[in-house]
Amino acid sequence: MTDTTHNFPTPRDYWTIALILAVITGAEVAVTYADALDSVVAPLLILMSAAKFIIVVGYFMHLKYEKKLYRNLFLVGVIAAPLVFGAVLFTFGVLIGG
Amino acid sequence: MTTETLTPPEQGVPDMNNMRKIAMWVFLGSEVLFFGSLITTFLIYRTRVGDGPSASQVFDIPFTSISSFILLMSSLTMVLAHHASFRKDWRQMRVWLLATAALGMVFLAGQVFEFTEFVDHGLTVTTSPFGSSFFLLTGVHGAHVAVGVLLLAATAFMSFSGRLRDGEGMNVEIIGLYWHFVDIVWIVIFTVVYLLQV
Repeated sequence: MTDTTHNFPTPRDYWTIALILAVITGAEVAVTYADALDSVVAPLLILMSAAKFIIVVGYFMHLKYEKKLYRNLFLVGVIAAPLVFGAVLFTFGVLIGG
Repeated sequence: MTTETLTPPEQGVPDMNNMRKIAMWVFLGSEVLFFGSLITTFLIYRTRVGDGPSASQVFDIPFTSISSFILLMSSLTMVLAHHASFRKDWRQMRVWLLATAALGMVFLAGQVFEFTEFVDHGLTVTTSPFGSSFFLLTGVHGAHVAVGVLLLAATAFMSFSGRLRDGEGMNVEIIGLYWHFVDIVWIVIFTVVYLLQV
């Protein structure tokens, strides 16, 4: 990929991606109300949220097709945030049920 | 996935555009940390409700789900505006930009309605640490959406006057990055603040 040429998805692809995002959102809400899934609801919701996050960043923000530099700049925040704030939550006992 | 090879309109000034995109990605990376601190604060205080209502007593998940869906769809209209700008289809670009701004305003109207309902149920910014952290987080996100709506409207009206046509297509891409970021922040807020608390 050069500075002046981008290989982006087509509008049809964007509509398909939006449909997938809508379906995942619907599934998130359904999982919240499904009593049978109570024990796995948190990991399921986090997994689906992460999937939506990756799809939007990858396809709508075009990070999948862009220069690695942009990806790395964004990843600094995306990787640092869970590490830093995970440590804060651990300190406050949130992650260990305190 | 099929792809289209597009040539952006701003040939001749790639370095400056590259710098602007780098600046936006650095800004978005820092915003991840900013919203991370707000979400962490909420998680720490989410159970400290004092005499006020808890999350499960006030949250209306079906309503917030519709708001989330609207914001998700605004990301679709935004990326279609971006696509149209690369094709130099200015009319289509304006339509999708204004559609994105309209969806953003619907989301904001929903947030105002939701806040009003919460206040009626006794949850205000001063009721409890839970209330303070909730209104701070969702309020700051709402402010970001409002800024995005203003940027989108301004870009659309600049396009009407023809000022976007000569090498300014990058503006749409930069605003698009900001708008999609606002969307992904809401994806996290919707899961962590709403769905995991009821």
